[in-house]
Amino acid sequence: MTMALSELIGRAAGRKPLTWAERWSLWRRGLFGSPVNLAITVAFLVFVWFVVAPFLRWALVDATWFGTAKDCAERSGACWAFITEKGRFILFGLYPNDRDWQAALSVALVGTLVVVTGMPRFWNRRLVLVWLAALGAALAVMSGALTGQLVPTDKWGGFPLTVLLSVIGFAGAFPLGIGLALARRSEMRLLRWMAIAFIEVMRGVPLIAVLYVSTLIFPLMLPAGAAIDKLARAQIAIILFVAAYMAEIVRAGLQSLPAGQYEAARSLGLSWGAMMRLVVLPQALRAVIPAFVNLGIGLFLDTTLVIVIGLFDFLNTARVAATDVNWNGSYNEAYTVAALVYFSLSYAASRYSLWLEKRLRVGGPLDR
Amino acid sequence: MTALGPDAPAPGSPLLKNLLGERPLTQILLFVGVLAAFGFLGQTMATNMGRVGITPGFAFLARPTNFEIGETLIAYSSQSSFARAILVGLLNTLLVSAVGCILATVLGVALGLARLSDNPLLSGSVRAYVELIRNTPLLLQLFFWSATFHALPAARKAFEPVAGVYLSNRGIYIPALRFESGLAATVALASLAIALLLLWRRKRIGLSAPTASAVSVIGLVVVISALAATGGMRAEIPSLKGFNITGGLSLTPEFAALLVGLVVNAAALIAEIVRSGIQSVPRGQWEAARALGLPRGLIFAKIVLPQALRVITPLMTSTYLSLTKNSSLAVAIGYPDLVSILNTAANQTGQALETILIMASVYLTISFAVSFAINRYNKRYALKGLGR
Repeated sequence: MTMALSELIGRAAGRKPLTWAERWSLWRRGLFGSPVNLAITVAFLVFVWFVVAPFLRWALVDATWFGTAKDCAERSGACWAFITEKGRFILFGLYPNDRDWQAALSVALVGTLVVVTGMPRFWNRRLVLVWLAALGAALAVMSGALTGQLVPTDKWGGFPLTVLLSVIGFAGAFPLGIGLALARRSEMRLLRWMAIAFIEVMRGVPLIAVLYVSTLIFPLMLPAGAAIDKLARAQIAIILFVAAYMAEIVRAGLQSLPAGQYEAARSLGLSWGAMMRLVVLPQALRAVIPAFVNLGIGLFLDTTLVIVIGLFDFLNTARVAATDVNWNGSYNEAYTVAALVYFSLSYAASRYSLWLEKRLRVGGPLDR
Repeated sequence: MTALGPDAPAPGSPLLKNLLGERPLTQILLFVGVLAAFGFLGQTMATNMGRVGITPGFAFLARPTNFEIGETLIAYSSQSSFARAILVGLLNTLLVSAVGCILATVLGVALGLARLSDNPLLSGSVRAYVELIRNTPLLLQLFFWSATFHALPAARKAFEPVAGVYLSNRGIYIPALRFESGLAATVALASLAIALLLLWRRKRIGLSAPTASAVSVIGLVVVISALAATGGMRAEIPSLKGFNITGGLSLTPEFAALLVGLVVNAAALIAEIVRSGIQSVPRGQWEAARALGLPRGLIFAKIVLPQALRVITPLMTSTYLSLTKNSSLAVAIGYPDLVSILNTAANQTGQALETILIMASVYLTISFAVSFAINRYNKRYALKGLGR
């Protein structure tokens, strides 16, 4: 083990591309080089034989791809026919059938927005306006305000709900998080204490507790007659929660900036606002973009917690679809599909984050 | 950062400025505004609660709950008070978090080292595991484990992977130690504590590592065999009797699902922390140690690990804290943790604010306590003179 450690560290430090011959010799040594490695290789093969192979058999060979519940019952493998049958419900939940295109269009809008934002060449101030416009349009399409046939939010569900909750959660937390980070580093002590109290409380409690506040307590706080939609309350809870984490990331970015930047900006006679807007924030935020992406992935995965307050996000629609006794409770299939969707999106985003980190380090203004 | 704050001298007395920093008046106005907003919301809330007939306050804690709890560490019945129910939930949360942290550390460290193996199959499969766990929602993983544990066969057909361990849809049964009397339990615990203390403080007493461990192990063996010989302690191995499994320690499917889910999830994060910690030690340290002629095991234990731990410990704190907070997802799979019981209490009594206050203060206490403990440990082992 320890020999492997030292060599791997050596290799990681070197970082020069290996030739095929070298690569093959490393593999050969790794697989069969020592008794321990040989044992590991054998153990891996046993694992593949007893775990991976039966899974593939279940998922592919013995699976039923099309048909009814009866067809599935006749075979021992996965029942993908169930997914085909329930696919619409898993994707859109209780959203009115004839208007699925609205939900789909809304997801497409938000998806395009996120992809465009991922491209460094579009990073400029106009992007903020584009976000406002695109999110507004997505909400208008989803709620049916455009076609005049309103869809109440308790009918929203499935994948569009997950996407909207996480993307709007992130967008809403962005300005709030920056504000909190600035307040936390401010010379105004009372303001700083309030920011610290907010951030530490939010980071100290589970998201579920914050969601409970939004469903149980918040309605009680409003004057009689006034009411805020349950989904909107959950969205606000998510924004506040994420803002606390975002504030800590922004704070790290602000701290990474050399003091000379602040001093130079001051000596130019810039006001505090201009210094932050023109000098400090652009650099500080740029330094923490990869951390933002990771926070976004975490948020996307954590929106599943809205299940505990009874919202029908993507995971919940998959779970509810699986409870259908007619299909003999196809939990395995539903969870496999949900896992596949969450995994592919998050994995792509985490690869993107790595790529971005490399790109920002090479040749960027932060090149040190 | 001294550069923040406006150029012009802020109005207000110097005393306030010394106390509050820049712009004292703005700050006070803001603070009063926040207080007023909270006051208004609180007032509305009191009015609303009065309207539906709920008296604010913690008096409800003494009332009987009238609900059952599936899993309790202490005596509890539906006639017990809400305070006791909440204590049951708190103990359940603490149990699953503490056991979860220990198991996740063991598994995570093992995986982190495996990730550094030069066998590409081993390091590759650990990497696949880490990616799979990190890129799927924890709740989905918990649903998966919950479905798995509930889909186990009935007790009569329970799996027996190792002799004495049964997996069934009623729960998981493992061998347990049973003490016949409180005295026997005390003796066993005390001797274990003495053995650990001896190992921990061996330098104070002036014992070498082999002597200290030999003394501890022999002492423990003597005590345990004495207890076993007098019948004060016995190992209880679960066995199949009729339609049920009796004896041993049983874990309900809910507890097992939550524990396995949390451990598997946190272990993936810990594996990455351990790997990055070990890789953060410069290569020159290995080479220098090797030039001194130290054996590999010793290099790792005495030179690399202590340095890696400085990177690892602060990151581990946040993993432990998030595991503890994540245990609140228990509510979704039916394990009665603190959040789940408080939620039931809030729905039954309408005392939403009080229950949320309890929930928040418990979690904040836990996270401050854990941060405090680890920070103290960290301060002791951090680089002297270089840290902030």
